[in-house]
Amino acid sequence: MAYADDVENEELHEPTSFISKYVWSQDHKVIAIQYSTTAILVGLVALVLSGMMRMQIGFPGSIDMDATAYYQAMTMHGMIMVIYLLTAIFLGGFGNYLIPLMVGARDMVFPYVNMLSYWFYLVSVLVLLASFFVPGGPTGAGWTLYPPQAITAGTPGSEWGIILMLVSLIIFIIAATMGGLNYVTTVLQARTHGMTMFRMPLTVWGIFVATILALLAFPALFVSGLMMLLDKTIGTSFFMPDMMQFGSQLDYSGGSPILFQHLFWFFGHPEVYIVALPAFGLVSDLISVHARRSIFGYRMMVWAIVSIGVLSFVVWAHHMYVSGMNPYFGFFFATTTLVIAVPTALKVYNWLLTLWRGNIHLTVPMLFSLAFIVTFLVGGLTGLFLGNVVVDIPLSDTYFVVAHFHMVMGVAPILVVFGSIYHWYPKITGRMLHDGIGKLHFWITFLGTYLIYFPMHYLGFLGMPRRYYAYEDYPFIPDSAQSLNAFITVVAIVVGISQLLFLFNLAYSYFKGAPSGGNPWRATSLEWLTPETPPKHGNWGPSLPVVHRWAYDYGVPGAVLDYVPQTTSAEEVPVHENDHDE
Amino acid sequence: MFALLAKCHDKALALSNRGRIHMTFAVILVAIVIISVLFHFLSPWQATPLASNWGSIDTTITITLVITGIFFVAIVLFMAYCVYKYKAVPGRRSEYRPENKKLEWWLIGITTVAICGLLAPGLIVYNDFVHVPANAVEFEAVGEQWRWSYRLPGKDNTFGRTSVTRIDENNAFGIDPNDAAGQDDILIGGNQIHVLINQPAKALLRSKDVLHDFYVPQFRAKMDLIPGQVTYFWFTPTVLGTFDILCAEYCGIGHYNMRGQVVVDDAVSYQEWLSSQLTFADVISGGTVEGLVEQGQRLASSRGCIACHSIDGSPSLGPGWVDLYGRQETLSDGSMVEVDGPYLIESVVDPAAKIVSGYPPIMVAYELSDEQLNSLVAYIASLSSDPKNSTSIQPSTEE
Repeated sequence: MAYADDVENEELHEPTSFISKYVWSQDHKVIAIQYSTTAILVGLVALVLSGMMRMQIGFPGSIDMDATAYYQAMTMHGMIMVIYLLTAIFLGGFGNYLIPLMVGARDMVFPYVNMLSYWFYLVSVLVLLASFFVPGGPTGAGWTLYPPQAITAGTPGSEWGIILMLVSLIIFIIAATMGGLNYVTTVLQARTHGMTMFRMPLTVWGIFVATILALLAFPALFVSGLMMLLDKTIGTSFFMPDMMQFGSQLDYSGGSPILFQHLFWFFGHPEVYIVALPAFGLVSDLISVHARRSIFGYRMMVWAIVSIGVLSFVVWAHHMYVSGMNPYFGFFFATTTLVIAVPTALKVYNWLLTLWRGNIHLTVPMLFSLAFIVTFLVGGLTGLFLGNVVVDIPLSDTYFVVAHFHMVMGVAPILVVFGSIYHWYPKITGRMLHDGIGKLHFWITFLGTYLIYFPMHYLGFLGMPRRYYAYEDYPFIPDSAQSLNAFITVVAIVVGISQLLFLFNLAYSYFKGAPSGGNPWRATSLEWLTPETPPKHGNWGPSLPVVHRWAYDYGVPGAVLDYVPQTTSAEEVPVHENDHDE
Repeated sequence: MFALLAKCHDKALALSNRGRIHMTFAVILVAIVIISVLFHFLSPWQATPLASNWGSIDTTITITLVITGIFFVAIVLFMAYCVYKYKAVPGRRSEYRPENKKLEWWLIGITTVAICGLLAPGLIVYNDFVHVPANAVEFEAVGEQWRWSYRLPGKDNTFGRTSVTRIDENNAFGIDPNDAAGQDDILIGGNQIHVLINQPAKALLRSKDVLHDFYVPQFRAKMDLIPGQVTYFWFTPTVLGTFDILCAEYCGIGHYNMRGQVVVDDAVSYQEWLSSQLTFADVISGGTVEGLVEQGQRLASSRGCIACHSIDGSPSLGPGWVDLYGRQETLSDGSMVEVDGPYLIESVVDPAAKIVSGYPPIMVAYELSDEQLNSLVAYIASLSSDPKNSTSIQPSTEE
């Protein structure tokens, strides 16, 4: 057993001043709130940028946005959403809040490093935002930052924006590494009595495996960012071949632009799962709790998470089918990519089979979870188009790709973020989020995003290329495509503005929400069993909880209630976990 | 206002009974399935009509649509069924059955079969894609920010060696002048390439500066251009006409406007076009005696000016050159300027000094000799919408 035996006797270093409690805090729960708040705020910047882009696409010329500003908005929107919002909120936010509570620990094992992690993250965000105010503005290189154009004239922000972007990413990776070492070590070393790995909630499994991916994948981005920074600042040629620009020879020689693409996607594909695996874990728990049914096929779900994690490292070049790499690689990467669909599909089946013969409560968290399944299903199935090399050839770099990745790693994970916040907000604040506002927010967000992205695939079939500031005078694009773009923009603006409902709900319910009690959803996992809600520093009072069963005992025959908390002993309610098989 | 809104919504919810939302949600899920399928068949936005041999790629898309469509419909409908059928009922409990290995293995098996059904045809067609037919005729497309030029191997069927370091005003393609194979290479500086119908074509792709991508939606196939290496793909054009070449790999601020054209000809028109093109030998020998205007024209082409400054009156990233000379322009600070020689020269050597209103300040400064600057001014001054002076290539748009 890998729990610390004398953890109960360790001193707790209760924070005493306001500063040490809320600012320089080493408490994982406060750090989680800091991470999430920062991520949501910077995400709002990215949301506004996307609204501006949509105005230009849907109603060209309606706002004063030139091509420079468009490409800057496009780049910053993508980078913020993927890295500074989604990665940060799943690992730094949910990871921080839930891992210690769910495994029965008093805190992360390295609280000081955990605190540093947040402050490095904040600095990375500030450096990123500072690029809006430097000469030339933020980089407009596209979020993939492909060299040579990322650092040469002719791309917006090639003066200072790109430098700040690379520096910011490097700082972010330092932050993510400090946080990640904590999450992994905490899961491995700080689980409480009886909390075996196979009794952990899937949330912990998802975040745990995602963190391992992050620790292995981020270094590829780190080195490629550093190398590009050297290419930009001191004239090395890691990614820069003999080249010229606007009629003049540049001082670069012998580098390889495609090397950057390999490094970037060696990070970039696992990154998709760094976002997706926590979402898989969280949504599994939400579905099980609100369907009042044990998660179907728990062990298969764990192995699916692990095998998706492993496979995610051998599929990266499916982003590069038309990059000019050796075309024979396509056979290998198409095969690995489609293989990854099998464990992913199994997860979808098991979520559905958890609903089957359940006792489904359509609470707001559950609504978001079910919406996630639909959205993720569409995004996953369209991934089978793009993963299958020859099908990708006509569709790559078109709006089909835009629609696909927004469905699968934009909207789907965000729906889980919303569902999870509605689910755990009562534990964090002691109050329920407002149900009516939540449902309104849900319907607009779910149906709106579907209306935005489902038809967008068809612009891709048409062949409309992505990353175009304007589509004038292309005869193969019919006028009706512009009408569809206008429709998408209108829906996008409505969905964007409706997010104010969510922010309002967060603020309003903090003061006026109905008191929730400690376990409003009647859930089994440890975070709902803390002596106080919100949990105090140290989480568990004088003694750690003792775990006797897995986290999914809902509807156990013979039990008094329809849920059996993990701390309930085998004498009170028999433990079934060893006879799951037929 | 929000609070009021919320209260209204709350009351509405309280009036409806708890089971209603299950019904609503299930109906919406079914509606999503029906509308999505109908949209697929009725939508006016379908694949652009095919004009190459890659109908087999379209077939793989259709196979993928059918297989993924079945899963989409089945899964969402099953979800709708569960949401409706297993709605929360006070006092009822869910079934306690944490695992069903047999069912899970069945599902894994079915999924694997479906995946094979996608992968197998995909890889078979991809095998065709990576194997260029032996009778394919090569042409080279060269990308630079933000225009296209092309090269044919000439009579000897062999391209001359090239290097980006050899590119200068007289050698826009960077061909090695000492390589005999390069002398008869045919150079096409404009944005338009001609290819022969029903003749497999292998596109060799080269970039002078950043990544680009050669993409003709009607041909389906596409491939990136990478500075420092030559990439390729092949296709057989099957429909006569003119098709847009789009850049499909982001290449900086002019990306959306980096367009070329490929004209698919029958044998007669192709030969006619081919015979009017110049070889590398023609270009380097004919460049000795030329007027100021011709020198300026060559300079504008070789230094990439015309990527951003249109010479046919069409809108472009920077001010177009037709009828520019002598015009009064409004600058970004509101003042007026007459476009004359000194102003044009200043705009080349110090582009940021006086920006014409409505254009982004993105041009880089060029270091040119006085003679070169004068030749550019002469060329710009020669560009008039008066047809006798016009040097533009009128793009045809019929397909």
